[in-house]
Amino acid sequence: MNVKKQFWEGLVTQNPVWVQLLGMCPILAITTTMFNGIGMGLSVMLILTCANVVISLLRRIIPSKVRIACYIVVIASFVTIVDLVVKGFVPALSESLGLFIPLIVVNCIILGRAEGFASKNTVGAAAWDGICQGFGNMVALVAMCIARELLGAGTFGAGLLNGGEGYRILSEDVVALGMILPVGGFLTLGIMIAMFQYFVNRPKKEEAN
Amino acid sequence: MSSQLFSIAVAAILANNLILSQFLGICPFMGVSKKVDTALGMGMAVIFVMGVAATVCYPINLFLEANNLQFMQTVAFILVIASLVQFVEMFLQKAMPSLYEALGVFLPLITTNCAVMGVVLQNAQNKYNFIESITYGLTGGIGFLIAIVLFASLRERLEFAECPKSFEGFPIALVTASLLALVFMGFSGLSI
Repeated sequence: MNVKKQFWEGLVTQNPVWVQLLGMCPILAITTTMFNGIGMGLSVMLILTCANVVISLLRRIIPSKVRIACYIVVIASFVTIVDLVVKGFVPALSESLGLFIPLIVVNCIILGRAEGFASKNTVGAAAWDGICQGFGNMVALVAMCIARELLGAGTFGAGLLNGGEGYRILSEDVVALGMILPVGGFLTLGIMIAMFQYFVNRPKKEEAN
Repeated sequence: MSSQLFSIAVAAILANNLILSQFLGICPFMGVSKKVDTALGMGMAVIFVMGVAATVCYPINLFLEANNLQFMQTVAFILVIASLVQFVEMFLQKAMPSLYEALGVFLPLITTNCAVMGVVLQNAQNKYNFIESITYGLTGGIGFLIAIVLFASLRERLEFAECPKSFEGFPIALVTASLLALVFMGFSGLSI
C-alpha cells in the first residue's frame, strides 16, 4: 500500500475532475457558492470511501457478471443514508443542492473507482483511495466555487464565512451574473482544465528539450 | 390540460434544457459528441429510455408513496433504470435488430446518464400526473437530442480549428459548450 503515491494521484496526476474528467454534472451545476462546494465535496468523499470499503470487502463474493448491479445497490444505499442525514441536520444544504444529492448515485467517479480500484485491492488501500479521490474532487469543486462566486457574485465564502453573508470583494456593479449561470460553469471549467494541463505538461516539455 | 402539457414540453426542450441549463447528462454530452452520427444515435436511445423510464417509474413512485417509503426512491429508481436498460437491450436485440445495431454501445451507457435519473426524480418531486410524466420524459429526451447534435456538429468543425496548445481537446469543447449554453439562455424568456 503506497500511501503517498495514492494521495498524489488523487490530488494531481489522477485528479478525478481535471485529469479523469469524471463527475462533470455536479462540478458544473452546484459550484456557485463555497458552501455548496464543500458540502458536495464532503458528501461525495464520504460515499466514495464507504462504498469502496464495502465493495472491497465483497470483492471475492460478488460474481463478475452482475458486479455493476451490485455496485449500484451498494452506492445507492450510501447515497440514501447521506441524503437523509443532510436533510435532517443541514436542511439549508439539502435545499441548495436539491436533486444533486440523490444524483450522486450516477456520479461516474464512484462507479469508476469501484470498478477500477476497490474491486481489485485490499480494504485499507480502497478506503485510502476513497479519501484521496474524494479530496481531489473536493479541491476541484472548491476551486470552481471560489472562481465563479468571485466573478459572478463578488463574494468569498458565501453561506459559510462571516455569518453566511461571505466577504464582499468586488462591488455588485462590476460582477458578471453570467458566471453563476450555466454559461459561466462551462467556461470556468474549460479554462481551469486548460490551465491545469499547461502547468502539468510544462515541466515535461522542458525535460524533453 | 393541453396548455399545461405544452408548457412542460417547451420548457423541457428549450427554456429548461436538461443539458444546457440544468447540467444533467454532461458525461454523455461530452463523451459521445465527437461525431454527428453517434450523437444522433445516443440522442435517440436517450429519448427512448427516458420515455419508458418515466412511464415505468410513475406507478412505482405511487406504490412507494402509498406505503410511506419515499426514502427508498433513489435505490428503487436506479434499479428500475438499470434493469430497464438491460431489458430494452435484450428486447431490441430480438425484436428490432436494425435499431439495436444503430444504438450499439450507447444503450448500456445510459444507465449512468444522470439525465434519465434526474427526469424521473423531477417527475416525483413536481408531483406530475401520469400524462405529464410521460410528456416530460419524452420532451426532455428531445431537448437532449437537440443539444447533443448541435454540439457534435460544432465539435466536428472544431477539429480543424487552431487554438492554444493547452486548450486542445476537452477544454475548448467546454468553452464551445459555454457559448451554446449562452444561446439557450436566450430561450429562457419562453418558459411559461
